[in-house]
Amino acid sequence: MSLLEVEGLEVHYGGIRAVKGVDLVVDEGELVCLIGANGAGKTSTLKAICGLLPSHSGSVRYSGQEISKKPVYELPRRGLVLVPEGRGVFPQLTVAENLAMGAYARRDGDVARDLERMHGLFPRLAERRSQTAGTLSGGEQQMLAIGRALMSRPRLLLLDEPSMGLAPLMVAKILEIVREIARQGVTILLVEQNAKLALEIAGRGYVMESGVLALAADSKSLLADPRVRQAYLGEGAA
Amino acid sequence: MDTFIQQLINGLTLGAVYAIVALGYTMVYGIIQLINFAHGEVVMIGAMVAFTVINALAGSGLPPLAVVLIGTGCAIPVCVLVGYAMERLAYRPLRRAPRLAPLITAIGVSIILQNLAMLVWSRNILAFPQIIDIKLYNIAGATITNVQIVIILTCILIMVALAALVYRTRLGTAMRATAQNPQVAGLMGIDINRVIAATFAIGAGLAAVAGVMVGTYYGIAQYTMGSILGLKAFTAAVLGGIGNVPGAMLGGVVLGIVEALGAGYIGTYTDLCKISGISDWLTQRCANDGHFVLFGSNYQDVFAFAVLIMVLVFRPSGLLGERVGDRA
Ligand SMILES: Nc1ncnc2c1ncn2[C@@H]1O[C@H](COP(=O)(O)OP(=O)(O)O)[C@@H](O)[C@H]1O
Ligand SMILES: [Mg+2]
Repeated sequence: MSLLEVEGLEVHYGGIRAVKGVDLVVDEGELVCLIGANGAGKTSTLKAICGLLPSHSGSVRYSGQEISKKPVYELPRRGLVLVPEGRGVFPQLTVAENLAMGAYARRDGDVARDLERMHGLFPRLAERRSQTAGTLSGGEQQMLAIGRALMSRPRLLLLDEPSMGLAPLMVAKILEIVREIARQGVTILLVEQNAKLALEIAGRGYVMESGVLALAADSKSLLADPRVRQAYLGEGAA
Repeated sequence: MDTFIQQLINGLTLGAVYAIVALGYTMVYGIIQLINFAHGEVVMIGAMVAFTVINALAGSGLPPLAVVLIGTGCAIPVCVLVGYAMERLAYRPLRRAPRLAPLITAIGVSIILQNLAMLVWSRNILAFPQIIDIKLYNIAGATITNVQIVIILTCILIMVALAALVYRTRLGTAMRATAQNPQVAGLMGIDINRVIAATFAIGAGLAAVAGVMVGTYYGIAQYTMGSILGLKAFTAAVLGGIGNVPGAMLGGVVLGIVEALGAGYIGTYTDLCKISGISDWLTQRCANDGHFVLFGSNYQDVFAFAVLIMVLVFRPSGLLGERVGDRA
């Protein structure tokens, strides 16, 4: 049994079919990426997995249980957390308050220790703990969004384009952090447009095109695949 | 008697109550961008319930303070229930509707509550039994009553407690998070429906206390009293910057003082006898008692709405409100 099993997922916006029957699995301990061009349906897929969008048909099983009908707020309690596209930090809350909200679903008393761990992982957040999140740079906000998600002690982390809108140096840094989190044992489904960097850190990848999964393979073969090289790695036709 | 100090004291008393009511408007607006026009009616129900209880216990021999406290203790749960019910039944089903729909619904809820109150408590003006011995104290050439002191101190206490709740507790942080981004708040494990319901309940509890204060201060209650009071508290919320908690507190106090000073001086400054020399007719009029006042202190309500119009024209975001663009 895989940690996340998505079968025949369809998402519609009115008459528009944005996701047309997606099947994907993520096993415990994996770092899997989902790449594809803008508008391919990646965000819609993640939102439907979390129940932020109603799925038209198909099933989403997490840890063996159907979750597509569960209320959104129950998911962090079960260890499933989405870091949304555009980061979604609370701009008028301080960095510390944002992190505290990440631990909202937890009832154990270990939050203080995790806060220390986040400050270790993101020293910049430690320096800015009493600043409001809206005053942070894009990269710092992304760190905060990831750190906040980690505060819930997730089993499965869904990341929607963490590199979006960041300078190249910051992109590399964020993806390095993602790799480090995976190494610490958190299962990750990473959505990225930056295919090369995503495939370099992920074990496997799916390629999404106009609402369907066009390719699925391990990262090495995807990086070598001429179709991927041409469409996503910016190389001319061979 | 020093009119200025006296009106300052009266204004502070009234303003403190406005602030407590304005908090209900501003917290609900902050979290779901709804102007809950029925909030004034919750204040009225608080006053009505307190009237019933205080009236029933007036002859019981209990100390007056205990009677008022029991009255408040009954008004709070009733109002909290009313606040919770209106969110649950009237506003939650319209959470995703266009914004005009819940606004119109709020007006409907307000009418329903007024009419229910009329059925229960009649159309009459209800006079609170005089159980409290009014004591007067002199300060700086003006007088302050024990009731005014209690009202002002209670309001300050409530505001401090509320600020602590909003800015220092887990629930308060969740409320602010929900206000800023409800979808992400849900992703963090916050049940936003519960947070919104809690916001309504807290606002209604404050309204109950305000209702008891207004009732005991003026000594009367009527089923229509919520409308004008609600509008003034809404003005206070807008003045402070709607959605902003410290703003509602500031707006309430400022509005109360402006209103009281306005009422205190308008008569003096619109007394035409000051310029009686300009016409014979006026000189004759002034021969009797030396006063021909154009606008008396019964024009008090005008000031609140003049303030509302001026804020909307010159500073729509209010004294402490952030510009719309600051909301991410
Ligand atoms: N709220 C919406 N209403 C209508 N269409 C939408 C909405 N959100 C996304 N879409 C459409 O669904 C498709 C997939 O979008 P999305 O899932 O955001 O893609 P991606 O994340 O891969 O860029 C796009 O064609 C987009 O225009
Ligand atoms: Mg997207």
